[in-house]
Amino acid sequence: MLHETMAALPACPSLPAMTAAFDAETLSSIRRDLLRFARLQLRDDALAEDVVQEAIAGALAGGREFAGRSALKTWVFAILRNKIVDAIRERSRSINVSALSAEEEAMDETFDSLFKPNAHWQADEAPAAWGDPEAALDQEQFWAVFESCLKHLPANTARVFMMREFLEFDTDEVCAELSISTSNCHVILHRARAGLRRCLEQNWFADGGTSC
Amino acid sequence: MLTCKEVTHLLSEGQDRKLTVAERVRLEMHLLMCTGCSNFRKQMDFLRKACRRYIHSLPSGKQD
Repeated sequence: MLHETMAALPACPSLPAMTAAFDAETLSSIRRDLLRFARLQLRDDALAEDVVQEAIAGALAGGREFAGRSALKTWVFAILRNKIVDAIRERSRSINVSALSAEEEAMDETFDSLFKPNAHWQADEAPAAWGDPEAALDQEQFWAVFESCLKHLPANTARVFMMREFLEFDTDEVCAELSISTSNCHVILHRARAGLRRCLEQNWFADGGTSC
Repeated sequence: MLTCKEVTHLLSEGQDRKLTVAERVRLEMHLLMCTGCSNFRKQMDFLRKACRRYIHSLPSGKQD
């Protein structure tokens, strides 16, 4: 698509000036944000560096005009998402996403321990109200806890959850890309959500919204 | 009657596929009577919202 854009444009004399309009500081701050996202998705720092580098180079080489920093970042981010998906797809060929690790088994045991033998909540484990959780979304400290909870998910569970929620695939696409059954996909997503819910509850909402 | 554990699965699946009418009726009946599961539902909705906010805050950035 980038190449089509380039081909469609006549010789573009303003390109060097346009690229120069984004100073080193702007680029490095965009790079930092993208790198954080790529690391979270891929859990591989070297690979994350590579995809971010390629995404930025791709965006700047496209000869596209950007109405400011925000437009550039949106475009680089769109390229980055595609590159992350490619990397995940590549890796899913060599790993078995549906295999349960000890970490995943431990998560399931913890979840089961919240219930009585009749599968209803234990009296002191039933989810309590979180008050006004929306308020947390405006607090920087909340996002640090959120990221840390994501990082604590086991790798395969995280991969499925991130494809679904952050790369915004349909569940069917996630299952197909990672070669897992639909029902297993649902089990994995439930595990991720229940685990994140508990992590946020323990590290943020339990103290009424103060930091952990 | 659904168990609370089954309800947590349906609530999660409801974010990934359209639940059947029968599933929705049983779910709503359970939620009417169960505070724990009602809170779980709100927390699942919040989690989805937080993920959306997280991802959409990236392209625009705080400084913009």
